[in-house]
Amino acid sequence: MSDQIAATKAEWQRATITEIVRQTPRVVSFFLQPSQPFAYRPGQHVDVRLSAPDGYQAQRSYSIASTPEQGEIIELAIERLEDGEVSAFFHEVATIGDEIELRGPIGGHFIWTVEDGAPILLIGGGSGVAPLISMVRHRAAQQSLAPILLLYSARTSDELIFHDELQMFNQSGNGFDLVLTLTREPSSQESDYTRRIDPAMIVDVLARMPSQPKEVFVCGSNAFVNAAADALIGADVPAAIIRTERYGV
Amino acid sequence: MTTRGFTGRRQPPEIIDRIPPGQTLTDDFPVLSAGPTPRVRTEDWSFTLKDGPKPLIKWNWAEFNALPQTKFTRDIHCVTAWSKLDTPWQGVLIDDIFAEAGIEPPTEFALAHSFDGYATNVPVKDLVGGKAMIATFYNGQPLTADHGGPARLLVPHLYFWKSAKWINGLQFTSRDEPGFWELRGYHIYGDPWREQRYTGD
Repeated sequence: MSDQIAATKAEWQRATITEIVRQTPRVVSFFLQPSQPFAYRPGQHVDVRLSAPDGYQAQRSYSIASTPEQGEIIELAIERLEDGEVSAFFHEVATIGDEIELRGPIGGHFIWTVEDGAPILLIGGGSGVAPLISMVRHRAAQQSLAPILLLYSARTSDELIFHDELQMFNQSGNGFDLVLTLTREPSSQESDYTRRIDPAMIVDVLARMPSQPKEVFVCGSNAFVNAAADALIGADVPAAIIRTERYGV
Repeated sequence: MTTRGFTGRRQPPEIIDRIPPGQTLTDDFPVLSAGPTPRVRTEDWSFTLKDGPKPLIKWNWAEFNALPQTKFTRDIHCVTAWSKLDTPWQGVLIDDIFAEAGIEPPTEFALAHSFDGYATNVPVKDLVGGKAMIATFYNGQPLTADHGGPARLLVPHLYFWKSAKWINGLQFTSRDEPGFWELRGYHIYGDPWREQRYTGD
């Protein structure tokens, strides 16, 4: 796998907001042009830093949603958090042309590239889909036929980030399989399931794959990641092939 | 540079000296881990002290819990930029572990090893002198699996990835050998006051 990358120092640098796209009622994508463009791999993140006039600073980590093939500009899908300090700035203040500071890429574990092999199972909850769509976009940009299944859980269909793009990839019929579950829409036509991820769903999803996954990537809240990872282990997926990224809370 | 339109939240002045640069105070206790949460049963738990490949001493859960207990309350700092103040822990000081084993540390470096294959390096000087423990209780309760239970390393003066969850041993090494995150772009030492988050910081 892509582990144990040669690490070079990622310096703080300025980046300019070039585009802002609302994705869902709570998530907006910010496209950033770094002043010193950098190579990154699908699944990595950047640290973002905001500075107040008196020197006070706040920093947060955001997964990169774009794929390196898209060029120098990186996409961050930022969810407006209740009581969020940095997300409130992005959602309420930031406009095109604004500069922020960032450093990256960060993270040498939650990474997948087509060279790493397949099949791959991706499991994302809410905005936890961000690093996973980077992998899906990378696969498409590489014209790879690597089997990937994305199990994506959101509260409602309105809150599915990258929904149209994921449906488009799904309809291409070239080895990408999308499974949606909506946890707060009891009778949705748009999803395969309408409940939280549970062991039976994981068993179903594993059975849809052409063979046992080579690696599994799970990203979301801690409760979401624990539910998915415990169900995977219950379905005899080895813990050693399950990589997790947790928001922390 | 100043970010246009950003004012942000100030930390309360009485605790500002306790928050390292770039950190934000949290009242939650966020959970971060590179893989699934291992569910280690205390009957399967053990802790082994090794010098290189050579085991020096091994305790099972009951034996380990018979070692002298220490309580300490410390501020903790995660590399993902949250800090939490006054976290109350109980466990066995590394000093007491070495004393019970009847050893003087044979090298200057150590690797902490965990049940899930995780490892992290900590210099021995950062483990002794009352600075670190193997914690088995948090806030008066047995440590939960999410937070590293049954037992985790606690080295609160370094970024919290050094406080290895689900610990099963300490290994003395002849040189400072990078662990899991240290091989994946994170700082070899991890001092929050010098903001040593990533390689080269």
